[in-house]
Amino acid sequence: MAELTYPLGEGDRSRIAAQSGRKASQLTVADVRAGAVSAVDARVDPSTLHLQATFAEQAGNPQLAENLRRGAELALFADDDVLRFYDALRPGRSSEQELLAIAAELAAGGADRCAALVLEAREHYARRGLFG
Amino acid sequence: MATPSGKSLRSAFYETRSISRDVLVPEDPALGLIAFASPNDPEPSIRIAAGRVVEIDGVAEADFDLIDAYLAAHGIDAAVAEEAMAIDDVAFARLIVSTAVPRQEVVRLVGGSTPAKIARVLGLLSPLELMQAMAKMRVRRTPSIQAHVTNRIDHPLLIAADAASAVALGFRELETTVPVLRDAPLVALALLIGSQGPAPGALTQCSVEERTELELGLRGLTTYAETVSVYGTEQVFLDGDDTPWSKALLASSYASRGLKMRFTSGSGAEVLMGAAEGKSMLYLEARCVAITRAAGSQGTQNGGIDGISVTASVPNGMREALAENLLAMLYGLESCSGNDTQMSASDMRRTAHTLPLLLAGSDFLFSGYGSIPTYDNSFGPSNFNAEDLDDYLVIQRDWGFEGVLRSCDDATLLPLRRRAAEACRAVLDELELMRFSDDEVERCVHAHGSLDVAEHQTEETARAGDAIIERELTAIDVVRALAVRGFDVEAERVLEMTRQRLFGDHLQTSAIFDEDMHVLSGLTDPNDYAGPGTGYRPSRARKLEMAQVRQVRSHDELLAEQAPVAGCIQLSDRGPAEARPRPDEVVVGISPAFGVDVWLTLSGLTVAEALRQVLAGIEEEGVAARIVRVTHSIDLGMIGWTAANLSGSGVALGMQGKGTALIHRADLPVLSNLELLSVAPLIDGARYRLMGRNAARHARGEQPAPVLLPESGEAFGPRYHAKVVALVARERARVRPGPPQTVEATWPS
Repeated sequence: MAELTYPLGEGDRSRIAAQSGRKASQLTVADVRAGAVSAVDARVDPSTLHLQATFAEQAGNPQLAENLRRGAELALFADDDVLRFYDALRPGRSSEQELLAIAAELAAGGADRCAALVLEAREHYARRGLFG
Repeated sequence: MATPSGKSLRSAFYETRSISRDVLVPEDPALGLIAFASPNDPEPSIRIAAGRVVEIDGVAEADFDLIDAYLAAHGIDAAVAEEAMAIDDVAFARLIVSTAVPRQEVVRLVGGSTPAKIARVLGLLSPLELMQAMAKMRVRRTPSIQAHVTNRIDHPLLIAADAASAVALGFRELETTVPVLRDAPLVALALLIGSQGPAPGALTQCSVEERTELELGLRGLTTYAETVSVYGTEQVFLDGDDTPWSKALLASSYASRGLKMRFTSGSGAEVLMGAAEGKSMLYLEARCVAITRAAGSQGTQNGGIDGISVTASVPNGMREALAENLLAMLYGLESCSGNDTQMSASDMRRTAHTLPLLLAGSDFLFSGYGSIPTYDNSFGPSNFNAEDLDDYLVIQRDWGFEGVLRSCDDATLLPLRRRAAEACRAVLDELELMRFSDDEVERCVHAHGSLDVAEHQTEETARAGDAIIERELTAIDVVRALAVRGFDVEAERVLEMTRQRLFGDHLQTSAIFDEDMHVLSGLTDPNDYAGPGTGYRPSRARKLEMAQVRQVRSHDELLAEQAPVAGCIQLSDRGPAEARPRPDEVVVGISPAFGVDVWLTLSGLTVAEALRQVLAGIEEEGVAARIVRVTHSIDLGMIGWTAANLSGSGVALGMQGKGTALIHRADLPVLSNLELLSVAPLIDGARYRLMGRNAARHARGEQPAPVLLPESGEAFGPRYHAKVVALVARERARVRPGPPQTVEATWPS
């Protein structure tokens, strides 16, 4: 099979699937109308975001690539969890223990990069007095 | 004469000008009121130890604030830093401007630079050099443009109709916001529906508080986000309720759902928050943009933004704002280039702010052109608004830069607006959110703004917004409702925007969808400008489109007013004109097409009436008159002089078909005259009559007071010159050699 190339949407759409496993080519209005599509059929798969990260890296933007890889990790978490992680990292919201717990939760869900980001924040929040 | 306060009348006049409503301030570095090079800006420096950045711009690692710390860990490329920081400032500035140095090489060096270094280098660039650098450095080759689509009552059908108009005009990103936060989900939904009617692929966002904005995105009701604010000092960053780490995680949250996102910053924000730390605006913005890149945002909205009026109040403020846009490009980021907040009461000044960017080009020329009337703009007036659209389109036509927009008439827009409003109404009805009458749909379709629809906000919109959240409605529900109600095209396009999340192509730098749903980004459409003959150039078809504006009048249209009054006078040639048959006469010389192909003067009088008044004036003075047609020239001086040489008194009155008139005398040089009324649009019947009388008095050797035109400051060229060209072409076509002809005039009753 040929390598997937950017832009993915202009290639063979049957080769890109949502998190649910439903192929992009099989996400149709008729399916939606029939009530056969759920929210998770519209959720990007982490593997796709990793692919986009590779494209970004090849284009010379490692920071964007890193962001997309963190996104790939968060893709598997529920909306409410994602919103909760963000809130927890805002200044004065969390104690040191709470940030450690968030990092552990992220790591447990396979989100190592995000966990590392939280741990790094903890270090600087401690230095600058930003624990809540 | 002085005014009561002792001021001159000229000074008093200046105080009435719109520019005098702008309040400007002297530089005050302590408050951060300085565009470039504050005395408090740090000296650029970098120190790398074991591959780690341990000093930035004079601050050692132990003293790093949050911004320094994040830049050290994620932003500055330690492998390039020593090389980049060693480049002389002027040499660096030349690398940025030179078309011989590739964009990617500049991005590489900027990646190893500190904010103080970049700010100092950019301070060296003149406005022209900034523009030249932008043409090279922006990421996407094809420029694009974003619209504000809002209204003061959050009317969803009007949002949908205005979204359709915006897309028809060429906007590829639509940004909305709400005066009432609870309305946000409803307005976002209406915008999404309206945006996909005229063409697929426009991206939509709803700018509200960070968490709510993210929630709307997660539900698929928006397709990108922009209000992810970062600031140049730690204090203001914290006041904004974020840190670089929370912002980075927020960026990843958007990525996790396949949503496009860009950060936003812009000078003046730190000053307004009273915590600029005495630094220059450009230095603080360099910190913002560096953080934006470091956090992994693909792009940024900057160039003043909400603080633009502060930036505009100090010397060199507009050059600073332009430099901010270049900053984004230097960091390899998508530039959504401001111009979204009106920065002056002066039309001339606000145009001057935006024009350099338009000429240079950007990923997004505006991060919010107000596509709706200023009173409906919930962000506040943009620098350009619906009221200015035709001006914008004509300026685009004048310069031939890619301004992205096109002219649309009602025949194009009204069906699109109706379809959008009806689709939105159907969805709101199907989802049992709100109901609207046919009458309300029609009002939205035809409205200029919300005042044409309804006076007040209704509680219903807020309740519908609540319901969208409580019932967890998503883009999938919108697709289903559209399909059920027969809006198949919109259903497919909204679903396609959802499908695109599965691909994530629009997460790459500077990505937009064109009207054929091709993704244009730094990867598929990289800017390759390297001097003349390279980079983006409008296609032939696009140039023709840009030339089509509402104000264009064809040759035929310009001449259409002539035909209805054709034959208003009959002028019959009676052979070559006699020379000086009697001393007490004035000869009236008329131009080749006068009363032949040209029947209406520029003032709206028929040539019959103009000639009748002239002859009546001569007669009132008891002098004889004779009409001759000069056929060998269309020049009014030559016509009058030729007639004067036939006149027994030596005095003649010359007239062109467009109405310009003069009094000439045979002994004067051809290009001289006794009296000239050159502004034909201002010559009324009374003045033609007075010209006749004055010609007669000159014939008698008197020296009458010249006929004066009414005072007018209007520039007549823009309004009349196209018509003059059309009429002159008719005169020219009737030129033939030979002597002047005696003409007999009859006025059909």
